[in-house]
Amino acid sequence: MGILRLGGGSRPAASGWGIRRLLALGLVIGLAAGVAVLDAAQPPTTAAQDGFVPMPDIPPEDQMPAAPLVAAAYAVVWAIAVGYLWTLWRRLGTVEAELADVARRIGERDGA
Amino acid sequence: MTPMNRRLFPVLAGLSLFFFVTAPVIIIRAPYESTMGLVQKIFYFHFPAWMAMFLAIFVLGIASGLYLFRRKPAADRLAVAAAETAVIFGLMGLITGPLWGIKAWGVWWQWDARLTMAVILELILIAYLLLRQYGGAGSDRLAAGIGIFAMANVPFLYVSTEIWRTVHPRTSVVPTLPVDFGIPLWWSFAGFIVLCMALLAARVRLEEQRAALDRLYLAVEED
Repeated sequence: MGILRLGGGSRPAASGWGIRRLLALGLVIGLAAGVAVLDAAQPPTTAAQDGFVPMPDIPPEDQMPAAPLVAAAYAVVWAIAVGYLWTLWRRLGTVEAELADVARRIGERDGA
Repeated sequence: MTPMNRRLFPVLAGLSLFFFVTAPVIIIRAPYESTMGLVQKIFYFHFPAWMAMFLAIFVLGIASGLYLFRRKPAADRLAVAAAETAVIFGLMGLITGPLWGIKAWGVWWQWDARLTMAVILELILIAYLLLRQYGGAGSDRLAAGIGIFAMANVPFLYVSTEIWRTVHPRTSVVPTLPVDFGIPLWWSFAGFIVLCMALLAARVRLEEQRAALDRLYLAVEED
C-alpha cells in the first residue's frame, strides 16, 4: 500500500522527470548517432589544416595532362600558318585588283 | 614574281601540306622521352619552327646586305618578305615553347638567356617591320641595317644554352638524338622549311605586285 501510495503519490512528478530524462537521453543518443552517421558519410580528408608540409613531387593523378598541350601546340602552328596565308591572300587580292583597275584606266585614257 | 616562282608556290605549299598532315602519324609512333613523357613531342614543332625562323633571318640578312651595298630593289623586296616570315615562325616558337614549359618545368616562362634572347630577336624583327611601315623615306636603308643585326644575333641565340646553363635543353640534344627521335624531327623539320619557302614565295609576290602598282602610278603621273 505504502509502495502503491508512494508510487501513486509520486507518479506525476516521477513521470515528468522520467520523460525529460528519456527525451534528454534520446537527444544525446540521437545526436551521437547523427554525428556518427555524418562522420561516416564524410570522405576522410587529407587536406592539411594544422600546417603545410612540403613533398618532392605531386602524385600522378594531380599532374597536368600533356595531351591537350601537345594538341594545342600543333593547332597553334596550323592556325598561325593558315591565318598568315589568309592575310597574304587578302592583301594580294587587294593589290592585284588595284593593279587591274589602274591598268584599265590607263588603257581607256590611251584609247580615248 | 617570275612565272617560274609563280608555279613554285603551289608546289611548295602542297609539299608542306603533305609533311604537316603526315607528321602527327610519325610523331605519335615516336618513343616517349624518359623524363618528360608525352609533352616532349611538342619538340617536333617547336625546334623546326625556330629553324625555319633562322632560315628566314639568314635570307633577311643576306638580302639586306645586298640592298645596302649593291642597291638591288629585288633584294629589298626579298628582305621585307623574309622579315615578316621570320616573325611568323618566331611567333610559333614563342607560343609552343611555353606550352612545353608549363608541363616540363612547371612554369610558362623563364627569363633565362635563351628565352630572353629569343624574345629580343622577335622584337628586332617587329622593329624592322614597323620601320618599313611607318619610317617614311630612307627607312629601307635603316631597316636593312637592322636586318643585318638580326642575322648577327642568330648564332648567339643558338649557342646561348651552351654558354649559359639554363633550364632550356642544350643545343647538343639535337645532334645526339637517337634515330627514333630523329626521324619525326627531321620529317617535321622538312615540313617547316618547305612551308617557310612557300610563305616567302607568296610574300615576295605581294611585294612585287606592290612595286608594279607603284611603277604604274608613277607612269600615270609622268604622263
